[in-house]
Amino acid sequence: MKQFFAFVKKEFFHIWRDKRTLFILLGMPITQIIIFGFALTNEVKNSKMAILDFSKDASSIQLIQKISVSKYFDATSVLSSYKEVEPLFKKGKVKMILVIPQQFAIDLQHGNKAQLQLICDGSDPNVANTLSKYATAIVMDFQNALVKQQKLPYRIETDIRMLYNPELKGAYSFVPGVMALILMLTSAMMTSIAIVKEKEMGTMEIILVSPLRPFGVVIAKAVPYMLLSMVNVATILLLSVFVLDVPIRGSLILLLSEGLLFTITSLALGLLISSITNSQQVAMLISLMGLFLPTTVFSGYMFPIENMPLPLQVMSNIVPAKWFYFIVKTIMIKGLGFQYVWKETLILIGMTVVLFGLSIKNFKTRLS
Amino acid sequence: MSVLKYLLQKEFRQIFRDPSILRIIFVMPALQLIVIPMAADYEVKNINLSVADHDHSVYTQQMVQKIKSSGYFKLVNYSSTYQEAVTSIESDKADIVLEIPAKFEQNIVHEDQASLFIAVNAVNGMKANLGAAYLQNIIQNYNNQIRTKWVQFPPIPPQTNINISVSNWFNPMMSYKYFMVPAVLATLLTMLGTFLTALNIVREKEIGTIEQINVTPIKKYHFILGKLIPFWVLGLVVLTIGFLIMRFGYQIHPVGNMLIVYFFASLYLISILGLGLLISTYADTQQQAMLISFFLLMIFIMLGGLFTPIDSMPAWVQKLTWLNPVSYFIDVVRMVVLKGSGLSDIKNHIFVIIGFAIFLNSWAIWNYKKTS
Repeated sequence: MKQFFAFVKKEFFHIWRDKRTLFILLGMPITQIIIFGFALTNEVKNSKMAILDFSKDASSIQLIQKISVSKYFDATSVLSSYKEVEPLFKKGKVKMILVIPQQFAIDLQHGNKAQLQLICDGSDPNVANTLSKYATAIVMDFQNALVKQQKLPYRIETDIRMLYNPELKGAYSFVPGVMALILMLTSAMMTSIAIVKEKEMGTMEIILVSPLRPFGVVIAKAVPYMLLSMVNVATILLLSVFVLDVPIRGSLILLLSEGLLFTITSLALGLLISSITNSQQVAMLISLMGLFLPTTVFSGYMFPIENMPLPLQVMSNIVPAKWFYFIVKTIMIKGLGFQYVWKETLILIGMTVVLFGLSIKNFKTRLS
Repeated sequence: MSVLKYLLQKEFRQIFRDPSILRIIFVMPALQLIVIPMAADYEVKNINLSVADHDHSVYTQQMVQKIKSSGYFKLVNYSSTYQEAVTSIESDKADIVLEIPAKFEQNIVHEDQASLFIAVNAVNGMKANLGAAYLQNIIQNYNNQIRTKWVQFPPIPPQTNINISVSNWFNPMMSYKYFMVPAVLATLLTMLGTFLTALNIVREKEIGTIEQINVTPIKKYHFILGKLIPFWVLGLVVLTIGFLIMRFGYQIHPVGNMLIVYFFASLYLISILGLGLLISTYADTQQQAMLISFFLLMIFIMLGGLFTPIDSMPAWVQKLTWLNPVSYFIDVVRMVVLKGSGLSDIKNHIFVIIGFAIFLNSWAIWNYKKTS
C-alpha cells in the first residue's frame, strides 16, 4: 500500500509541475459550461426576416408591427420586389420572408378572405418549420383580434402545464449534457495520455520492474485524475446553480456519487485507449476526435435518440454518456431518487467493469 | 527550392509510415460523416403520449384515435388514473400526459364546453413546446369536426379568413441530412487540420529533433511551409472524400459550383493550419498542444452553428462568433451546396477568412522566431 501511495504521489508531482496543463484542465470546464450554458439552445428566436409588402395599407402595417415585436422575429429588411428574394436568401441574410399581396386590407374587410405567403429558407428544416408555425400563430392571433370572435359552441379547452421547466430554458437540458461531454473527454484523454507518454518515453519499462504489480501502476496513474475530475464536477455544479440558474432538485450526494461513477467509467475507457496505442498523438486523436462528436450526438441532449434509425438507436446504448445524461437529468432537473436511476447506474457499473477487464487483458499481452 | 522538396518528402514519409495516423486521417472522418448526420435529426416526432382517461366515452376514443393517427404521437400508456400517467413521465417513458376528465363527452354536448389537461415533460424546452402545439392543433381539429357535426347550418358563422401558404426553398424534402452533412464535414476537416499541425510540430520539439533542424541551413519559412503544405494537401483530399460521400452516399447534389467551395476551403485550411501552428509555438508538450487546440475548437465548433442556430444565441455570444473561423466555413459550405450561392454572395466571408489566414500565420511565425 505504501508503494501504491508513492506512485500516486509521483503522479501528482507530474500534474502539479505542468502548471499550464493543470490550468487548462481546471479552467476548461468553467469556460465551457458558462459559454455553452448561455449560448446553446435549440429554441428558435430573434430570427432575421424580411418583408415584401405590396399592399402598404393600415392592415398590413398593423400585421407587420405585430410580427416585429414578437421575440421570435427580427424584421431587418424591407423589400420592394420579388427579384430581391432569392439573392437575399443566397447571402444568408434572412431565414424567412413574409409576402403581403396588394389590396390586403381591402380583401380582408370586404372579401372576408385574404392571402399571405411565407417563404422560408428550408436549408435548416427545423428552423424553417418552427418559424412558419410561429408566424402562422401570430397571423391567427391578428385575425382573431379582427373578428372579435363570438363564443363558439361545443368548445374543447386545453390547459397546458410544462413540468420541471416551465420557462422552457435550454440550459435545463444542455447543462447535464455538456457536463457528461466534458467529464468524458477530459478523463479519458488525461489517463490515456499519462500512460502512453510513459510508453513513448520508455519510462514504462522502468516502472514495470518496480515491486508494484502492473495493475497497481495503472490504477495509481488514474487516481489523481479521478480527484481532478471530481473538482471539475463540483465547479460545474456550482456554476450551473449560481450562474446558470439550473437547480439541483434531487439529492446532491446521489448526484456526486453518480458523477464519481461516471468519472471512473471514463478513466477506464482512457485506460483501454492507452492499452491499444503506442503514441500520444494517436491516443489523443482517438480520445478527442473519436469521442467528441459521438458523445455529443448519441448522448441524446442534442438530438432525440428515438428519432434515429434503429441500428443507431441500438448503437447509442454503448455510449456511457447517454446513461449518465439520463441519470443527471433525472436527479438534477426532475428531482427524483435512486429508484428511478438504479438500472442506468447498474449499466454504468457494468460498462466500467468490462472496460477495466479489457484494458487489463490488453495490458498484460503487451508485457509478455 | 530543393530544400523544400526534401522537407516535403520527409513529412509525407512520416505521415504515411504510421498506419494508425493514416487511419485517423482518412477512416475516422469518413465513418463519422456517414454515421453522425443519420443520427442528427431535430424534427420532433415520435412523441410518447400517455393518456389518463376518466371518461371512456366514444368521443375520447375518437380523439385518441385521431391523435395516434397523426404520426407525431406514440401511445405508450392508456390508464385511468393521473398518477399512473405521471409516473410514466417520471420514468421517461412518456413525454406528454393528456388527462381527460370524467363526463368529458357529456360536458361538450350539454354544457357547450369541456376542458382537457395536458402535462408536458419540459426538460427539453423545444421538444415540449412543439409537442404541446401539435397536440393542441389536433384537438382543435377534432373540436371543429364535432362542431360541424352538431351545428347544421351555417357550419361556422362567416368570418374573416386569412389564407397562409408556406413554401420552403432550397430543401424541398425538408430533410435534416441536407443541413447536417456539409457542416459535419466542415467540422471534421477543422479538427483534423488543427490537431495534426499543432501536434506534429510540438512532437518535433518534444523529441528534440527541432534542434537538429534548427542547426541545418533550412530556413524558418522552409520549415513552416514544409509542415503546412502536406496537411493542406491532406485536408483537400479529405474534403474530396467527404464530398464523394455526400454526393453518392447521401445523394446530395450540390446546387452551387464546387470550385467555389474548394477555393474557399483552401483559404480556410491555410488559416486553420495557421491556428495549429500558432498553438504549437506556445505549447511545450503534445499534451498541452492537444488541450489548447481542443479547448479552442470545442468552443469554435459548438458556437459555429453546427447544431444550434447562431441567431438564437445571446447578443454577446453572437458578437463572439464573428471571431470564429469555423462559423464562416460552415456557413459557406451550406450556402454553396444547398442554395447555390456564388462568389459575390460570399465575398465578405472570403475577405474575413483571408484576414484570419494572414493574422494567424504571421502571429505564429513571429512567435516562432522569438522562441527558438
